[in-house]
Amino acid sequence: MTANRRERALVRPHVVTGGRAHPTRNTFDLVTLVTVARDQVAGLSPEKRRAMELCRGGALSVAEAAAHLGLPVSVTKVLLSDLVDSGHLAVTSESPARGGPDLKLLRDVLDGLRALV
Amino acid sequence: MASARSSEGIYVRATVRTAVKLLVVGHFAVGKTTFVGTLSEIRPLRTEETMTQAAEHVDDLAGIQGKSTTTVAMDFGRLTLNDQLVLYLFGAPGQHRFKQLWKDIATGALGALVLADTRRLEESFDIMGLLEELELPYAVAVNDFDGAPRFPEPELREALDLLPETPLITCDARDRVSSTHALIALVEHLLRRPVREYA
Repeated sequence: MTANRRERALVRPHVVTGGRAHPTRNTFDLVTLVTVARDQVAGLSPEKRRAMELCRGGALSVAEAAAHLGLPVSVTKVLLSDLVDSGHLAVTSESPARGGPDLKLLRDVLDGLRALV
Repeated sequence: MASARSSEGIYVRATVRTAVKLLVVGHFAVGKTTFVGTLSEIRPLRTEETMTQAAEHVDDLAGIQGKSTTTVAMDFGRLTLNDQLVLYLFGAPGQHRFKQLWKDIATGALGALVLADTRRLEESFDIMGLLEELELPYAVAVNDFDGAPRFPEPELREALDLLPETPLITCDARDRVSSTHALIALVEHLLRRPVREYA
């Protein structure tokens, strides 16, 4: 690794996340749903305030939050998982079953799609 | 269920407890964004991810050129399927060099719909190969472009080298009903597969 690359790497994992490139929890998926649990923004960074303001309206997935905030998904995951850790946000969706979806879930998806046509 | 389609602003209904995702993949300009936009109840959204790539073919002597960063855009949309369940559709770029991005999107995904164009069928091989590497089940939907040649299904299956059980459908990515039927064919295929044992 060259010196130049090392320097670049130091600034890359965005400043808004406090320097971390990975969320504290690895259960955060693109479609994990979060909603506001404690509506207080005192002491939060500007980016976290923005995230809280967005989530105040209702539940959103991590991917949607990223798009609305105009931030990369990786950065959004860090912000949101921090806010869950601090009790500001809560996860409202169930974690997907390990080993793949069960039949009931797939049938529910199928029924839902069939109802649309 | 008409009420399920009405988008209540940008937010997910408060009663929703399960969110699932399907990938919509295919080569450049095959109609992924159109497909997602046709089906989504919300204005389709886009996220961008900056990827740092190992420099295999980049001149490393310059140092600062040692890694190349690529911005990868992902279009996605949402469908409310019932009061407790939403489905997200993620359009992912087809190139093999985005494998890491695919891994992130594919984790926990139910399956993938491969969009194909009869004028460029060979460009779908790489994508199907990547899905097989990731062990993500898929169906293939030929996007019915105006003026694109049509072939009998057996010819298409052979040209795409599909397994007998892999569904092959034709759809019009601009048409909501037609695109929904493509997803239905995919989920029917997922239901036919043996259920995996819990790890």
